[in-house]
Parts: sequence; C-alpha cells; structure tokens
Amino acid sequence: MNGEWLQTGGAVEPLKQTPETVRAAGAYSFKNERKSVMNRLMPVLLMLCASVSIITTVGIVYTLVSETVLFFREVPIVEFLTGTRWSPLFEPRAFGILPLLAGTLLITIIACVVAMPIGLASAVYLSEYAPRRVRNIIKPILEVLAGVPTIVYGYFALSFMTPIVRAIFPETGIFNALSAGIVVGIMIIPMVTSLSEDAMNAVPKSLRDGAYALGATKFESALKIVLPAALSGIVASFVLAFSRAVGETMIVTVAAGATPNLTFNPLESIQTMTAYIVQVSLGDTQRGSIEYGSIFAVGMALFIITFLLNSIAQYVARKFREEY
Amino acid sequence: MNLLQGGNRHQIARRRKIDFCLHLLFAAATSVGVIALCALLIDIIIDGISRLQPGLFENFPSRRAERAGMKSAIVGSMYMLCIMLPISFVLGVGAAIWLEEYAGKNRFTRLIQLNISTLAGVPSIVYGILGLTLFVRLLMLQRSLLAGALTMTILVLPIIIVSAQEALRAVPKSRRDASYALGANRWQTVSRAVLPSALPGILTGVILAMSRAIGETAPLIMIGALTYVAFLPKHMLDQFTVMPIQIYNWLSRPQPEFHELAAAGIIVLLAMLLLMNFAAILLRNKFSKIS
Repeated sequence: MNGEWLQTGGAVEPLKQTPETVRAAGAYSFKNERKSVMNRLMPVLLMLCASVSIITTVGIVYTLVSETVLFFREVPIVEFLTGTRWSPLFEPRAFGILPLLAGTLLITIIACVVAMPIGLASAVYLSEYAPRRVRNIIKPILEVLAGVPTIVYGYFALSFMTPIVRAIFPETGIFNALSAGIVVGIMIIPMVTSLSEDAMNAVPKSLRDGAYALGATKFESALKIVLPAALSGIVASFVLAFSRAVGETMIVTVAAGATPNLTFNPLESIQTMTAYIVQVSLGDTQRGSIEYGSIFAVGMALFIITFLLNSIAQYVARKFREEY
Repeated sequence: MNLLQGGNRHQIARRRKIDFCLHLLFAAATSVGVIALCALLIDIIIDGISRLQPGLFENFPSRRAERAGMKSAIVGSMYMLCIMLPISFVLGVGAAIWLEEYAGKNRFTRLIQLNISTLAGVPSIVYGILGLTLFVRLLMLQRSLLAGALTMTILVLPIIIVSAQEALRAVPKSRRDASYALGANRWQTVSRAVLPSALPGILTGVILAMSRAIGETAPLIMIGALTYVAFLPKHMLDQFTVMPIQIYNWLSRPQPEFHELAAAGIIVLLAMLLLMNFAAILLRNKFSKIS
C-alpha cells in the first residue's frame, strides 16, 4: 500500500549528466541513506518500547510466583487458603487468608451497593434524559471525581464519613468497614457511570425512535430497549468497578482499620488484603522472613482475583455485545 | 379516538407520571456524585485552610505540628515527575506508535494489546511489589528517588499507551497518504506528518498520567519512600518522600493538629492536580480545533 506511489509515478524525463547533477545526486543519495537507516532502525526501537509491557507482566508474575513458592514451603498452601485466623506478626502465628478475604469482600460489597445503583441511574440520566448543557457540566465533574487521589478519599472517609456513621450507629469504632466501603463506592461511581453511559450511547438512536413511535415513554424505552441492548457493557462496567474496589488500598488503610477479622458486620474494624500489604511494608521487615513472604502470597491472591475479574469483564463486553 | 378515552387515557397519565418520577430519581442519583465532590472539597478546605501558611512550604516534617511542613515532600514529588516524564513519554509513545503505525495484525500484536489492557487493571499496590523486588532489591537502587520514579513509570505506561494510541488513530489517513505521495518514507511520515498532528492528544494523555502518578500513594509506600525526610534529595539515588505519603503519615497520627496539616497538604495536592487538569483541557480544546 505505502509503496504504491513508487509505481504510479509515470514517466519522468531523464536528467542530463553534468558535474552538477552528479554531485547533487551524490548528496541526495547520502541523505537518502541516512533516512533509510532511520527508517529501518526506528521500528526496532519502537518495538522494544512496546515489549516493555510484556516484560512488566512477566516481571510481576515472576516476582509473585517465586516468592510465593518460598512462602508456601513454610506455610502449607491448604492452611493459607482455608485458615480462619490471620496473625502474621504476633505469636502464635497463623496464616489463614480468609479473614483478609472476608474484609476485602465486605468493603467491596458495600462499595458496590453504593456505586452500582447510583452509577447506573446516573448513566441512564446522562444518556437518556439529560439535556446537552447539563451533560456538559456533569461529565467533567465526574472526571474530576475520578481523578481525586485515593489518599484524599481516605481523609474524607475518616474525617467526614466516619463521624456520620458513628452518629447513626453509636457503637461503631473509629475504624470501621462501613464508612470506608461507602467512600470506596463513591470513588467507583464515575467508573460505573462513564463505562455504562458509553455502552448506552453505542445503542443506535433509531432503536429509541422506534420505541417512541410506539408510544413508549423515555423510561420505558430506557428500560426495555436501551438497557437490554447495552447490557454487556453495563455488566462489564460492574465487574471492572468490583475489581477496582478489590484493589483499592489507601481508603481502607486509612479508614477501615488493621484488625484481620472474619466478620461480615460492617460496623467492625477489619483489614483488607491491600491494607495488610501496606501495614507490613511500613514496618521494618527483613527480607526472607516469613512476613516478607506473606506480602507476596497475599499480593498473588490479589493479582489473581483482579486478573480474573478483568478478564471476565473483557470477555463479557466482547462476547455478549449486541452488534447493530 | 375511542382509544384515548377512559382507561387508556388513565393509563397514559400513569405511565407519564412514572416516567416523571424516575426522571427525578435518576437526576437525584446523578447529583450524588456532584454532592460528594462538593462535600469532600468543603470538608477539606474547612479543616485545612488555617494550616495553609508559608511554613507548610518552607518547613521539613517535624514531630511538632506547628513546625511541620512538607517542603521535602513537594520537592520529592516534583523531582519524581521530572524523572518519570521523559522515560514514560518515550516508552509510552514509542509503544503506541509501534502498535498503531508499524505492527501487523498478528498474534504478537494482539498479545501486547491484551497485555496492556490487563496491566491497566492491575491494582497499584501490585506495581509496588514489583518495584520493591525489581528496582529496590534486584537492581540495587535501594529506596531511592530513581526506584520510585521507575516504579511509577511502569504504573502509568498503560495509561499513556492507550491514550496515545487513540490520538494516533484519530489522525486522518489522508495525512499519511499525502506524506507518502511527496516521497517520504515510513519514518518520515510518522515523525513529521502523523506525530505533530497527534501531539496535543498525546500530551493530554501524558498529563493525565502524570496527575495519576502525583496522587499515588500505595506503590511508593511499598518501595519504602520515607515519611521523615528532613532534607532535599540531591541526586537520583537519594532517599525521598512525596506529598501523598506525607499526607498519609500525618493522617495516621491520632492528634487533630496533624489531621489539619493533612488537610492543608491535600489542598496543595489538589491545587496541583487542578493545574495539570486545566492544562490538559486547554490542550484538548486546541486539539479539537485542529482536527
């Protein structure tokens, strides 16, 4: 394709050979030589840049696997996966990941209960109801909300949400899963909204017009025409938001506490997988110690969970997409 | 005409009512995000404005709240951005150019593309684990500015690659064809016809990636960016701290004075982010005018 112009050049009158043209041709070919070196060199360099991403993935998997294998020599994998007590720093030590998993799940579920209905309703509003002017105001605000650093949300959870939660449920401690979970939910609202809205916007206008022509109200067309058509994108946005909540670190580190606790009571202090990793790396952990190894085992679990969720989201978005 | 009488008219009125109520409900749900953002900003400004004094920018961290500042953290964040900006720009834009302009549609390309979208979903703390093992231990950079900047580079690469790819894809094919028609080879076409036209879009993505990096806390805690740094880093292998870590440190202390300091630090951080986002919006507007 790109070489076509070479053949379609047509007849060019040949130059007469004079000393000037010969010299010019020499300079020209030298310049051309340099150009073609660049032309051949650059793709290789650029490909090296692209392969950095592969190296990163290999690096992540390799570090996690190699250290986790060492960890499992000391702690049997069955104990790790089924143990109900996590006490890595104090005797008697126990390395059962279930309390951390339960803490992570609790936070994530609270976050999803907050974010999914609100995010989806916002997406319906923005794509079906909102006039263009309102959209142009709301969308940048949601972008700002998505760009707020998580440590700032952590502050918000501790200084704003926790007092509210404690005013409603007086028996709640300073660190509790509920306020952290709600704020994680607020953090992922923009993600649910923008991805779901993209999915709904991809539904052709003619389908909505068809519904209106049959006398449907906006809500009826949204519920019965647009939502089913955009379902794969909406489900994918939910799964991605779930995965994001699982991996969220600073909000839960700041506001949810540091007590590995096998509970589903949202008013108690808990610890998530991410918060545990932060807690250990804040201390002075010797390399090769069992706590050091436990970071990698927990990190591995975290990586596998988020990887599976992201793959599911991609699969759902691609496989069940309605094509128009 | 008969159809619209009696029960039917009633039904239509009811359906309209439902539609109206849900319209309100959806609008209310949308306002939750807006209200949350306002509450967050107001909360932080009320708590932090009294501590937003020159001392915050001039002093090093201290155990006494009235003397504590975040000079080393602000400088650390700036240095980190300065190191990671060129590295991540070259690597990210290079990868995007290769994927968009050179790579054929084969398995390898698909693998890289899939890999990039996977990396974008990896929790940031996992990048911290990678940085700890790869840069801090294996390459023996210790807990240095360079190790932190490299970790953050890897973290933001997927963001830069994806946005640069979008910017390159938006360059019309006619521009490339025109360049080839003038006798340019592929690299000349890419570097002189395609890149300049995609540059504002690419820069927007790079700025957004930098604003992500300036707010990230967890990976830098992992690689051990210190919270008590009473000096400015002199070279790339010095120890360092950054703004979010200083904020986290203040926030994790029980005394309310330190929470006020944290709020003041957050105001500074958010102001910086706002500036960067503003620059990105300006670029985007310029971009949409060109194309």
